[in-house]
Amino acid sequence: MSNDPAPLLVVRDLKTYFFLDEGTVRAVDGVDFAVHPGQVVGIVGESGCGKSVTVKSVMRLVQRPGRLVAGTIRFRPSSQSAQRWPLAPDGTLDLAALDPQGPIMRAIRGGEIALIPQEPMAAFSPVHTIGNQIVEAIRLHQDVDRQTAWEWGVERLAEVGIPSPAQRMRAYSWELSGGLRQRAMIAMALACGPRLLIADEPTTAIDVTTQAQILTLLRALQEQHNMAIIFITHDLGVIAQIADHVVVMYLGRVMEAGPVEEIFLRPQHPYTRALLRSIPSIHTPSRTLLPTIQGSIPHPFNRPAGCPFHPRCGDFVPGLCDRNTPEPVPVSPTQTVSCHLYTGELHGEPIPDRSSPA
Amino acid sequence: MDPGVFMARYIAQRLLLLPLLLFIFSIFAFVIIQAPPGDFLTAYIAELSASGSSMDQAQIEALRRLYGLDQPLHIQYLRWVGRILRGDLGFSLDWQRPNAELISERLLLTVLLGLFTFTFTWALAIPIGILSATRQYSFLDYFFTVFNYIGVATPTFMTALVLMWLAFKYLGISVTGLFSAEYVDAPWSWGRVVDLLKHIWLPAVILGMDGTARLARVMRANLLDELHKPYVEMARAKGLSEWRLVLKYPVRLALNPLVSTIGWYLPLLFSGSVIVATVLNLPTIGPMLLRALTNQDMFLAGAIVLIYCALAILGTLISDILLAWLDPRIRMEGS
Ligand SMILES: Nc1ncnc2c1ncn2[C@@H]1O[C@H](COP(=O)(O)OP(=O)(O)OP(=O)(O)O)[C@@H](O)[C@H]1O
Ligand SMILES: [Mg+2]
Repeated sequence: MSNDPAPLLVVRDLKTYFFLDEGTVRAVDGVDFAVHPGQVVGIVGESGCGKSVTVKSVMRLVQRPGRLVAGTIRFRPSSQSAQRWPLAPDGTLDLAALDPQGPIMRAIRGGEIALIPQEPMAAFSPVHTIGNQIVEAIRLHQDVDRQTAWEWGVERLAEVGIPSPAQRMRAYSWELSGGLRQRAMIAMALACGPRLLIADEPTTAIDVTTQAQILTLLRALQEQHNMAIIFITHDLGVIAQIADHVVVMYLGRVMEAGPVEEIFLRPQHPYTRALLRSIPSIHTPSRTLLPTIQGSIPHPFNRPAGCPFHPRCGDFVPGLCDRNTPEPVPVSPTQTVSCHLYTGELHGEPIPDRSSPA
Repeated sequence: MDPGVFMARYIAQRLLLLPLLLFIFSIFAFVIIQAPPGDFLTAYIAELSASGSSMDQAQIEALRRLYGLDQPLHIQYLRWVGRILRGDLGFSLDWQRPNAELISERLLLTVLLGLFTFTFTWALAIPIGILSATRQYSFLDYFFTVFNYIGVATPTFMTALVLMWLAFKYLGISVTGLFSAEYVDAPWSWGRVVDLLKHIWLPAVILGMDGTARLARVMRANLLDELHKPYVEMARAKGLSEWRLVLKYPVRLALNPLVSTIGWYLPLLFSGSVIVATVLNLPTIGPMLLRALTNQDMFLAGAIVLIYCALAILGTLISDILLAWLDPRIRMEGS
């Protein structure tokens, strides 16, 4: 699937900075990744590494003092939208070049790319009914009357497994349990049949059983609608369950990316290896202390020069890792790593052409 | 519980409390009005002797008996309350006229001025608050912040005096009162209405300045709290345009607590401002209350204060109902 010649979304060298009085936070500092139609891409990384800012940048939701300072976000809209928009010859649109408030970007948000936000509990307005908010989402992108939109809303709620959906349409979000609220959120996100769903840690706030149900539901919906998903989490267990392709982020950069099996079975980047060592497995004897990654994430204001991971890295090469930022290099036809162990600089070889993978 | 049933029960509960609260307030009102030493007659005699005339002791005692001022306080209170329960607001010793007549004469203009001020305040403050919050730290925001500080910091009677002076000096008009000389005591006519409209805007602006500044600041702060909530970002992620989403979601939530304070304006509509109205010589109830208090015209002062209290209680009830109606979470908590 990942070899599909026409990716849905290609993000290249994305940089989003926050310009604060205290200094500039380089929250996303040169991120590359691609999403193919129908693929589930998991973005994983420790808290604060820029996962949310990355996807907010894709949806052009970053607000002041944040700004998208560089990069391209090439998105391939569905064929019916495509006729009205100024597409490049290859059928894509650079979202980074669009006005974030403009009509095209607004049509894409919710219509083509939908979001399940990180805090689904507070993402519904407490003084408007669920139905009101779902109907609004539908009517923003579909030319239907209120009555029809309401019926569609009921169908969507039923589809995500909410019992007595017609009543729930009239309920307020705080009248629903966490699991139901999350399902209602998914129903609203899917209301207009988006091609890409971005789920930002959709299961962190709910209990484990419900979490498993939500993951199963998302997977089922993804197959039914042949929709692509970007799934953000810091839980590698969840990634293993749901993702086809994994993007490992650290301090605003992609450390390693590849198919889920390769990342789990043949992790190449020292950071990925450390992450994998820190999760328990059935082979770990009980009561053993799990290894943790040494050191802690640097404060966003003093990002280390060179490879952002070098102060915590066991394979740190002085004079190289703290000077040059490694670019992603392919280590297999489908897997890329950003680490000097693989760039060839260590052995005086030329850096391989970075445009060959993707 | 059904929200309608809940609301009906909620209102009924609160209405049942009304008489009890009024009873308590009536005692307070009476005690406070009686608190200065002496009574209406002492004040009256002092005034007489200041103008050179006097009254003999027998006359004074007769008047005191006539007005019931010779009775102990609790008897005076019971008589007063008894009359009020029969719908009689009593008699003004100072004006020598029924209180109900005095109050109703001034009521229309007081309420009109209050409504004008209220409308002016809200129509200006809410948009200013929204603009300042959505354009935080812009020139506009700083401009309104300065304006608001001035509005809050300047005593209203100062504004009144300065504007009166400016209007007199540069426009050559006297802006005290609500009417030109020829219409002050004229019966209502089209000309009198027009004359009123010509005069009422200035007191409305003066009275509204302070409130506008405060309300705009509260609106800005409330809205800033709401603007970064996840539901706002979600609305944006659905593809809603910025203005539509700001007005539908965060503004609605920021307004709720403000709208619910509308009830508190009710007693103000009745009394109007005391000091500014006195400075501007407005024929409203505020200055009449001030005069009744200085002259110890206790029944008039008592009637005004009691009506004020009743309206304050009613206003709070209206506020609570509004809040429960606007915010489903409040309805939920109650049931
Ligand atoms: N509005 C903002 N203003 C300033 N800095 C911000 C803002 N939003 C995010 N950042 C910074 O950007 C960096 C990345 O944040 P982001 O929310 O993308 O992290 P994350 O990977 O999603 O973490 P988490 O798992 O905790 O959600 C952080 O250092 C954060 O401090
Ligand atoms: Mg996040």
